[in-house]
Amino acid sequence: MDGQWACLDGNEAAARVAYALSEVAAIYPITPASPMGEAADAWSTAHRPNIWGAVPGVIEMQSEGGAAGVLHGAVTKGALGVSFTSSQGLLLMLPNMYKIAGELTPTVLHVAARTLATHALSIFGDHSDVMSARMTGWAMLCASSVQEAHDFALVSHAATLRSRIPFLHFFDGFRTSHEVNKIKLLSDDEMRALVRDSDVKAHHDRGLTPDAPMLRGSAQNPDTFFQAREACNLYYDAVPGIVADLFDELAAVTGRRYRLVEYYGAEDAERVVVLMGSGVGAVQETVDELVRRGEKVGVVVLRLYRPFPAEELLAAIPASVRAIAVLDRTKEPGAPAEPLHLDVMNALVEAGRSVPVLIGGRYGLSSKEFTPAMVKAVFDELSTPSPRKRFTVGIVDDVTHLSLPVDADFQVPTGAVSAVFFGLGADGTVGANKNSVKIIGEGTDGYAQGYFVYDSRKSGATTVSHLRFGTDLIRSTYLVEHADFVAVHQFNLLEKMKVLELAKPGATFLLNSPYPADEVWGALPVEVQQQIIDKQLAFYVIDAFKLAREVGLGSRINTIMQPCFFHLSGVLPEAEVVPQIKKAVEKTYGKRGRTIVERNVAAIDRAIEALVKVEVPTAVVGDLHRLPPLPAGAPDFVRRVTAKMLAGEGDLLPVSAMPVDGTWPTDTARWEKRAIAQELPIWDSSICIDCGKCAITCPHTAIRIKVFTPDALEGAPEGFLSKKYNSRDLPGHLLSVQVAPDDCTGCGVCVDVCPVRSKTEVKHKSLNMEPAIDHRDAERENFEFFLGIPEIDRTAVRHDTVKGVSQLQPLFEFSGACSGCGETPYLKTLTQLFGDRMLIANATGCSSIYGGNLPTTPYSTNAAGRGPVWSNSLFEDNAEFGLGLRIGWQQQHGEARRLLGQVRETVGTELADEILGADQTGETGIQAQRVRVERLKAALAAQGAGPDGVGALGRLAMLADELVEKSVWIVGGDGWAYDIGYGGVDHVLSSGVNVNLLVLDTEVYSNTGGQASKATPRGASAKFAAAGKVSAKKDLGAIAQQYGNVYVAQIAVGANEQQTVRALLEAQAWPGPSLIIAYSTCIAHGIEMSTSMSHQKEAVSSGYWPLYRYRPSEDDTGHPFHLDSKKPTTKVKDFMAEETRFSMLNRSDPDRAAHLANLAQADADERWRLYSQLAGLERTVPHEVAVAAVEDAEANGSAPSSTPSSTQEDRA
Amino acid sequence: MSPDLRTRYLGLELSGPVIASASPLTGRLDDLLRLEDAGVSAVVLPSLFEEEVIAEELALSASLESTSNFTAEALDFFPDQPELELGPERHLRLLSEAKERLNIPVIASLNAVHPGSWQRYATEFVEAGADAIELNMYSMATDPTRDSTVVEAGYLEVIDAVRKAVSVPLTVKLSPYLSSTAHFAAQAVAAGVDGLVLFNRFYTPDLDLVTFGVEPTLELSTPADLRLPLRWIAVLRPQLPGTSLAATSGVHSAEDVAKALLVGADVACMTSALIKKGPAHVGTVLDGLEAWLSENLYESVTQLRGSASAAGVEDPAGFERAQYVRLLTGARRR
Repeated sequence: MDGQWACLDGNEAAARVAYALSEVAAIYPITPASPMGEAADAWSTAHRPNIWGAVPGVIEMQSEGGAAGVLHGAVTKGALGVSFTSSQGLLLMLPNMYKIAGELTPTVLHVAARTLATHALSIFGDHSDVMSARMTGWAMLCASSVQEAHDFALVSHAATLRSRIPFLHFFDGFRTSHEVNKIKLLSDDEMRALVRDSDVKAHHDRGLTPDAPMLRGSAQNPDTFFQAREACNLYYDAVPGIVADLFDELAAVTGRRYRLVEYYGAEDAERVVVLMGSGVGAVQETVDELVRRGEKVGVVVLRLYRPFPAEELLAAIPASVRAIAVLDRTKEPGAPAEPLHLDVMNALVEAGRSVPVLIGGRYGLSSKEFTPAMVKAVFDELSTPSPRKRFTVGIVDDVTHLSLPVDADFQVPTGAVSAVFFGLGADGTVGANKNSVKIIGEGTDGYAQGYFVYDSRKSGATTVSHLRFGTDLIRSTYLVEHADFVAVHQFNLLEKMKVLELAKPGATFLLNSPYPADEVWGALPVEVQQQIIDKQLAFYVIDAFKLAREVGLGSRINTIMQPCFFHLSGVLPEAEVVPQIKKAVEKTYGKRGRTIVERNVAAIDRAIEALVKVEVPTAVVGDLHRLPPLPAGAPDFVRRVTAKMLAGEGDLLPVSAMPVDGTWPTDTARWEKRAIAQELPIWDSSICIDCGKCAITCPHTAIRIKVFTPDALEGAPEGFLSKKYNSRDLPGHLLSVQVAPDDCTGCGVCVDVCPVRSKTEVKHKSLNMEPAIDHRDAERENFEFFLGIPEIDRTAVRHDTVKGVSQLQPLFEFSGACSGCGETPYLKTLTQLFGDRMLIANATGCSSIYGGNLPTTPYSTNAAGRGPVWSNSLFEDNAEFGLGLRIGWQQQHGEARRLLGQVRETVGTELADEILGADQTGETGIQAQRVRVERLKAALAAQGAGPDGVGALGRLAMLADELVEKSVWIVGGDGWAYDIGYGGVDHVLSSGVNVNLLVLDTEVYSNTGGQASKATPRGASAKFAAAGKVSAKKDLGAIAQQYGNVYVAQIAVGANEQQTVRALLEAQAWPGPSLIIAYSTCIAHGIEMSTSMSHQKEAVSSGYWPLYRYRPSEDDTGHPFHLDSKKPTTKVKDFMAEETRFSMLNRSDPDRAAHLANLAQADADERWRLYSQLAGLERTVPHEVAVAAVEDAEANGSAPSSTPSSTQEDRA
Repeated sequence: MSPDLRTRYLGLELSGPVIASASPLTGRLDDLLRLEDAGVSAVVLPSLFEEEVIAEELALSASLESTSNFTAEALDFFPDQPELELGPERHLRLLSEAKERLNIPVIASLNAVHPGSWQRYATEFVEAGADAIELNMYSMATDPTRDSTVVEAGYLEVIDAVRKAVSVPLTVKLSPYLSSTAHFAAQAVAAGVDGLVLFNRFYTPDLDLVTFGVEPTLELSTPADLRLPLRWIAVLRPQLPGTSLAATSGVHSAEDVAKALLVGADVACMTSALIKKGPAHVGTVLDGLEAWLSENLYESVTQLRGSASAAGVEDPAGFERAQYVRLLTGARRR
């Protein structure tokens, strides 16, 4: 890599250097820093050496806290240690960071700076995390571009060794960590020039060794601690000088010159902005333009943030400056000013330097765009007679009026060609664009930049690629707003997204169109036609899908659209287009076999000739319009707020539109009609057997079943189907299976699981996938009617059968989870059973993203307005958070009971006793209690007591609803339950409190991209276990069983729906803690997701995933462990062969794969042997202790001090 | 003096008449070494099925691509594997490793589908060191518009193309369903093959009564399966005196090998018996053959070979009869 130019993102830029200069990397995945750890792990697996020729050791830990501990240990031993993190992960490292700094131990932490979770989680970038580490005693160096992330990584590693102060090197999450840009790579020799062997040796020699024993980490007392704490001062004093020296040395070897604080702009500037991070590029561009226009402006860029280089800062601010605006990308509510602002203020005051105007503002929180227009707004504010002391820029604050007005028309000329591409996640658009950036950046003298915006939904996810190409370095750290080229790779996006708004007048518009050039015009929404006419766009079409099919690429159109882009945009000489793309294809796909390369080459060869220019008419035709974002009837909040977000206009929402505390309404996913399915399941009622399998396994709650009396069909659309419902319980009823046509993702799971086949043609089932275009309109009408059919009386339906549950109203619907998701059926089923009384604590992960990532949530409400409440605290504390919800409720419940007992006579003894003695273990009991509580409220009201919380009656009225049983579910993935949250899970299981834990076990960190967890099975190839995981999966269920009083079940809904329903009911019924481990198929397994459910049968039949229930029993001879699956009849090896996560190892290291497969088989065999023996085990929960504990808890609303009873009858 | 077991097949001098035909057992180097130790005189590596190669590449690519670059939190879902061995690479590596470690000839087997692929893969086999190539002509003639001459012409074109592309010995594994086996065999030899393997045992579909899906199956052979190759080798031996013939299907014992040699096979190929009993079974078979030869006073395999072919038996029509003929009179001559 010596001295080469390369196009890579900020994460890789930093990780390359970090890896080359380290011996130990302790890692843990967190967005957006995960790729740094992943790269280090991959390089270590590939035996890539560091600059000393050794292969660094990389270890994944159970949390960032664990990683920090390992890091601390490694550097204490004198090894060169490194880690990577972001956001909450950095917070988990803080305790060790104090220790590492306190011990003056060199190390570097590379941080892709990300928003801290406050009122909401956000994966995007700002400085709130790093600002929370500024008191740890770590030096902090901030890179503002991809090149700087590369260079400053080196300076950080060199400086920590020279100074002994640990370094936190940070750059902006996503904007820098994920921006692909052209950089000059550092060579090993350049790195060696800065990282002196003598410093490495000094670090090594300070490492603890029994050959020269020393003690570190002592406990000190009032006599010495203070002095000892001051003993490090000189080391901090030296840091700025050391970093400055290293910047000089870097300049000497590379020619790239940095300073601790840099000034850019007019020499006689009167107004300057001070900031650090990726916003620098946008400010510099703006300064250039304003100076060109004659304004006296400049920008002060901070590189070293801690120790704060006050002198250098003062020196960098021109003497002519009269007004300073300090920009902070963080928010500290209640602080006198944001951190950088305070630091600048302090530096000026201490130096006695007077600047007439010093103001501070927040910008860019959570990757909010920061554009030249916003920069200009800040400079403009400095010009006003009385600038706001505190301001925000980039939003509209109509509440506290802090925001600056922004002139949206202000632009800076950059000379770069800009292009925007709209695609789908699955069509290869982003991958091709990354290649395009490399082609220009690495294959020519030109510069290139790529930045990619992804959907918050995972099924039918759209992507927008923002690319710039130019002859000069590209500094534009914001999205393309005025594109020279707009490509739409999916025709139907024209109806859903605003695409040509970004096109400059005269730009080129490339459309992948199923319509030929002479027919396409009328197929365009009129808004699109108008834009083409108004902006006089050069309009081209290509039927890329047709060509892709012809050359055998299916729906992958990337290598068809890419040559068209180069051909039309002219950013690459015409003669080089095809050869360069072919070269890139060879590089990208070469490893995946000759066939893929050959087919892509064939696509490239035919692409440009398939491109056709459209003769643009002078007027619009037709009346096809962009889809209205919301159907009629949406509630006010949804109309005012959610609708804007759905329309891609969330940036325009003012502060006043926002909930002040992060509390949002549920029941919103139903307003988002995405219509992403290409095929829909169509019901053949004539052969349906009412089994309910389709509905229970549908990952998107898009297949619904209702049972109703014939009169409900009045006014039904002509094509609405129903059939006789076969049930003795509900004679004379009809049943309908209905698809939600705009919410279905077309995953095909329902068809795959449908057990009925036509007697005349076995491929025809009761549900069959058919082209959506033929059915959508009719099914929309049918679904609308279906929704109006009254829900069945919940007490009339059996809750312990699949058929019965499938008729209950789901209160989790239309999530944005991946098509075919294996997790969501469990959540939906839970809400069908307990949704109207359910509190959900959700660990961060996939389930929190499809559960609570705005704009909408799938959690919904019933006709009475009841439904699940949902909250996400953190990743690591979910079990404790859920426990808190339960303890909180128990306290309220206990208090309501106490008060009711106290006022028994006043409200009526009969009613009070009924309420206090109510059996709420089943649906009937719950409903009866609700009726009683309403009577109680009426009785209280009759006494003049409202729910005002005043006096015993008022307090009882306030708490009355808590007399109805609540169901607490603690939900998360295996990363939470097996790794980062395991300590909490364990403690909650030990507490005896009646909570239910549901582990959606995908056996991998799914949300962050497939990193190994302790749930990952042996032999699976996952990130951080690329060579196949060596150790066996942790048996979480077996561990939990050891408590004896914990209900434990292992389930797989696709393998046995009935056992799943039974386990959920039993878990809810068990009055102590329950743990359910649910097998969840995932795209990270590498299976055909239409078989997401049926494939689980093979997991069970092979013994890979045995089904069981452990029901604690107070019977002395009870057998608590029930094996629900049969002795394995198939081989684990055959199950593994069907999944990419296992089979790819077979292709990379067949011998190791075979070895691990044998061990995996042995794991399964041994597990089955163990479980078979457990099934014969007699075990009891001591009875008296248990009953006392539960009664205590119920009565007092607190956690029982010992094990609870197991006297609950099985309602199933 | 013990009988001489040496034989000649496809111009290769072999130490004995038992070779291991293509199967999972010849797909691992360890097993190949065990087979050699046990006495097989040549090995045929598992067939490279082009359809399988393509399907595997496409499936892997689809799996990786459909999960990459669609969500902000994960640019992909699978670790980057530095070296993925896909498609023909696995076969070629096995071939070159086998060549390096084994002293016996290594024969590569090929089933391609696309024009040009046969020659391309055959050339790669030769470059990787194959001593000979077996063309596994595996296609089902299900198209009602293609008559048998068209189908056979297609096979012959492949043979011709491969013959022109490589110079190592070629053999073709014949389908038992040719309408005129003897005619096609002669044409194949004319087109350039050095030997014929009789016969290919096709995967046969079964139906799963739970899923109603079509499931491919391949049962292990039984000794009864040897009868078909015995008949045709007996018939072809005198017709194609210079062509190597290999008997495959149902060779389980020394007696089976003896029968194959008697009717004119140069080698007998074993698979099912080795899968069932392990590579060491070859030793038992060879010992048994040696004993049988001694017992029947044969000096060598060469002496035995073809002595009971259609040209050598008293009732050659017996090989051709389609039904059992009940003789009303006379005792059968022994």
